[in-house]
Amino acid sequence: MLEFIIGLYEGFLANPAVEIWQDPAYFIQNVAGGLMVGILYSLVALGYVLIYKASGVFNFAQPMMAIFATLALIMFHDKVLFPAIGTGYGLTIVLAIIGSMVMMLILALLVERLMLRPLVNQPEIILFMATIGLYYFLEGFGETMFNKIANSPVPMESLGMEIGPFFVGGVMFQKVDATAAAVAAVMVILLAVMFQKTSVGRALRAVADDHQAALSVGIPLSVMWVVVWVVAGAVALVSGLMWGASAGAVDFGMVFVALKALPVLILGGFTSIPGVIIGGLIIGVGERIAEIYWSPYLGDSIESWFAYILALIVLIYRPEGLFGEKLIERI
Amino acid sequence: MNIRKLGLRILAAAFVAVPVWEASVTAAQADSIFIPQASYRTGKYSVNGTPFANGFDDYLAMLNVRDGGIEGVTIDTEECEFGYVTDKGVECYERFKSKKPVAYTPLSTGVTYKLVPKAAVDKIPVLSSGYGMSAAADGRWFPWVFNFPTSYWSQASAFVRYIGELEGGLDKLKGKKIGLIFLESGYGREPIPLLKKLAEKYGYEFKDYSVPGKEMEKQQAQWRKIVKWKPDYMLMWGWGNMNRVAIRRATEFGFPLNKFIGVWWSGADSDTKPLGKLAKGYRAGNWHAPDACCDVHKDILKHVYDKGNGHDKAMVGQVLYNRGVVTAMYITEAVRDAIKANGGKAVNGEQVRDAMEKMSIDAARLKGIGFEGFTSPIKVSCADHEGSGPVVIQEWDGEKWVIIKRDVKPLTDVVRPMLEAAAVTEGEKLGYKKRDNCS
Amino acid sequence: MFYREAGQFKASYGTDQAIFPIAQDKWFVLAVVAAAYLVVPLVANSYWYEVILTPVVVMSLSALGLNVLTGYCGQISLGHGGFMAVGAFAAFKIATAFPELNVIIVFLISGLFAAFAGVIFGIPSLRIKGFYLAVATLASQFFFEWWFQQVGWFSNYAPSGTITAPSQEFMGVVISGPSATGVVKYLIGLTFLVFFCIVVKNLVRSHIGRSWMAIRDMDIAAEIIGIKPLQTKLLAFAISSYIAGVSGALFLFLMRISLEMEAFDIIAISFPVLFMVIVGGLGSVMGSIFGAVFIIGTPVFIKNFPELTTASVILVLAGLSVAWLTKYGVWRWVPLVIGVPLAVFVFFQKFASNTAEHIVLMFFGLSIVLVLIFEPNGLARLWQIAKEKFRLWPYPY
Repeated sequence: MLEFIIGLYEGFLANPAVEIWQDPAYFIQNVAGGLMVGILYSLVALGYVLIYKASGVFNFAQPMMAIFATLALIMFHDKVLFPAIGTGYGLTIVLAIIGSMVMMLILALLVERLMLRPLVNQPEIILFMATIGLYYFLEGFGETMFNKIANSPVPMESLGMEIGPFFVGGVMFQKVDATAAAVAAVMVILLAVMFQKTSVGRALRAVADDHQAALSVGIPLSVMWVVVWVVAGAVALVSGLMWGASAGAVDFGMVFVALKALPVLILGGFTSIPGVIIGGLIIGVGERIAEIYWSPYLGDSIESWFAYILALIVLIYRPEGLFGEKLIERI
Repeated sequence: MNIRKLGLRILAAAFVAVPVWEASVTAAQADSIFIPQASYRTGKYSVNGTPFANGFDDYLAMLNVRDGGIEGVTIDTEECEFGYVTDKGVECYERFKSKKPVAYTPLSTGVTYKLVPKAAVDKIPVLSSGYGMSAAADGRWFPWVFNFPTSYWSQASAFVRYIGELEGGLDKLKGKKIGLIFLESGYGREPIPLLKKLAEKYGYEFKDYSVPGKEMEKQQAQWRKIVKWKPDYMLMWGWGNMNRVAIRRATEFGFPLNKFIGVWWSGADSDTKPLGKLAKGYRAGNWHAPDACCDVHKDILKHVYDKGNGHDKAMVGQVLYNRGVVTAMYITEAVRDAIKANGGKAVNGEQVRDAMEKMSIDAARLKGIGFEGFTSPIKVSCADHEGSGPVVIQEWDGEKWVIIKRDVKPLTDVVRPMLEAAAVTEGEKLGYKKRDNCS
Repeated sequence: MFYREAGQFKASYGTDQAIFPIAQDKWFVLAVVAAAYLVVPLVANSYWYEVILTPVVVMSLSALGLNVLTGYCGQISLGHGGFMAVGAFAAFKIATAFPELNVIIVFLISGLFAAFAGVIFGIPSLRIKGFYLAVATLASQFFFEWWFQQVGWFSNYAPSGTITAPSQEFMGVVISGPSATGVVKYLIGLTFLVFFCIVVKNLVRSHIGRSWMAIRDMDIAAEIIGIKPLQTKLLAFAISSYIAGVSGALFLFLMRISLEMEAFDIIAISFPVLFMVIVGGLGSVMGSIFGAVFIIGTPVFIKNFPELTTASVILVLAGLSVAWLTKYGVWRWVPLVIGVPLAVFVFFQKFASNTAEHIVLMFFGLSIVLVLIFEPNGLARLWQIAKEKFRLWPYPY
């Protein structure tokens, strides 16, 4: 028993501490790398938050939307526009983005009309299951449509992105990751401004607060839903592009990244935009540090579950997540 | 039309359709043989499954057009899509079973494990070329399962021999560091016991790094650890997009790609093409040509594609396309032997199994069927279902795969005893008895 | 006409509270069970056993377990595959360590391990609710996935981590292992399913079930009327995971024979089982079975008849559009004029195997959304409605 406790102490505390002490640069490298991955998680989680905030739907199909949007962009860029216009113009990529967003708009319209509207007032779990149905549908439909271009690289050149490392004070970063971080920051600021300052944002917040009250003051619920699904589609496109750039190509295996966005989501709180950013960073750094320093004791690849356990522990202390709205229950 | 009537009509259509479908299923021609294919053109591994399925299908189609089948017996083929999901793969097998296939390629290690006990009961030989259960190499325990031309263990040992040659002899491996990055699954774990055993024998250091299936797109932590350990060589047992991301991370973390060697499932065009020049220098094992080298490709283009058939011309000659062609060739050649041995008529699974066990394809025969330079000669025996075929090493030159080293032989003296020991464990698990009349 | 309860008088509380208060119901269910035992083995072939029957009984059992937790106690769980895996690996370890022990007993014991795991991972449910809990239960899923792969002891140090159900004979019949026949495996699975259906049905009619439902419907109110949330929720987790564990053991011994941990993947098990529960009907024993039949049967049906499915969907869509467009006079028939030839054309196509698979995915997703839209209470509710209709048949009121 004593040995076990000593083992625990050494495995979890002493050995990692010694290792960090001996090689602080390595530690900093890992923290930096974890932050970069965390930003990418946050980007995916952001899409969930938007839709949940505005319509109370936990949209499981979000990662499929990301793949769908990104592949649509690649299809427009590589197969339609590039042969027609050629590169050298920013035009191709702009048109491709517009094309992809039009597809997301059509998707949003269809989802609102055919799925959300008939399911209005149903319990959240039913809506959640419906989005899993949507997930399967998009998977089948996407594979039929984009069979030829799955596993294509993201058009990095047209997007003005570069591959390669750069160094800040001896710490290595990837240019792709840095771009992703910058884009994520811009997105969050834009979304925050949109939610706080514009009339659409105010309407969305009202919808999120109370569907009926929002309807009664004349906010068109269905329009708002389409708006938020389109915005979530835009976030999906950006996150798909960033992950694709980081992993080398876009394919249907990317849905697994989204599973990691779920602990980010509950850690940050389902409804908070700053929450997912902080949550993403915590998860990104936490799982990296755990994988590097605890895996000698626990075994390899603990990052496959660490994020969930971390989120679980936080939830036991704060059941609504770090930034979620506190629930007041009444009978 | 009201909905009720519509429903009635749909029901009526269903009742008409079922007999039609069943009739089409049972209407297999008397004088033909049935070689089905389980394929995965869908799902997260579809980029790998599609070229393989195309190659397999095109080769059979080509034989039907060029030679009218095998020795005059028409080949009847059908594809069943299973998306690399074990349950669906089993469904495919059960669906084909009633049509009496002469051989079956499950195309997934999970499905192979499931089919090993079934094959003996249903009398259908299972050929898992270069995947599946390594232990099946011992034919004394597994009469109905074949994994020639070579198993994972043989290949892993061939890699060690190759690294030894690069270092100037196997004795120079002492003190070197060899790492393995693998997909966390039965397939990925397969080479670890062998590499550990060889580490004891040759004195190199060995470490493994697992990549769980859900973390394939990241791999930063693994590569951070690898770079810290500073291995001399890295091996990879990866699959699907894990390969591409691993190569990408290796470049990001500055690991030299020419010291990074992948298994033959980690060296396809789809793994390196999206990276292009970035992946230049990456190496992978293989047991056949990686390009449209040979007469058989010309025949496929001439008899299938030029007549407007076939799947995708761009894929002809890709690594996994060629693997489909070779796998189909192994089956059709076994069928050919069986037909010759049984007087030129259509054969059944048992006869094909017998032929597979005596199969010997030498250089002259390879040339005769248009496979000169495509793959190495192979000899299977009752005891050796693996053939211990040699491995080639290929390198990505930025645009295409080129072979840089041929005929790397496995370290049979180490591998064979391990295979036989594993066959005892696996065989006893299934309650099998060892065949005695077998050498 | 036949389905009337008139004349069936309840003379005691016991008869009034029986599982099937209406005699016809009782006879019908008994007839179905008898048919499952006697008729099915006479007509089924190995395709049916391997692809439909055994999976349906095993997954029904699994769905029944989840239904206890989600349907009756209201706690959403996405970690069901993890608990099934615990059962499967426990059964494998016990069966290989004690080869003499009858596998039936092994199955029942292995459930205990899963129940223990369920209680541990159920503790957070005391504070966490709704989706937060759903995501938190994923922790168990991923933790077990990692654990069983990482620790070689669980697979008896098999190099590939693959576990294989050992063979065992009982009274001269092979009841487990690779050489067991389809009918034996099916009958064992069916017996377990029937047994646990009776157990769960009785549990949910007892004070335990009522306290679960009180927690589900409003936990704070339940607490105030004196139901202890700790014991009640943990008991639901324990019983749910016990059944999950047994079904996991059956999954290994009857369905897969040999498997790796990947078989209990979230996409492969946890989501489909949740689907079964929701599509079948939350809080319904029958619903679990309906759900399993639907979720397992639909893709198999579509895969076997992709052309027929597509053609019928086109016809249905065309018919619906006609019904929609009534105000456009003659023009409303346009969809049908286009749709019927299109359907006929599609019907005589021969789809490529991958197209068929894409159609499976799309229609599977669609059918889930449709079931949720038209009957959010699940197929069990449809069954209920059918019974109500039948009660009055052939009179309208």
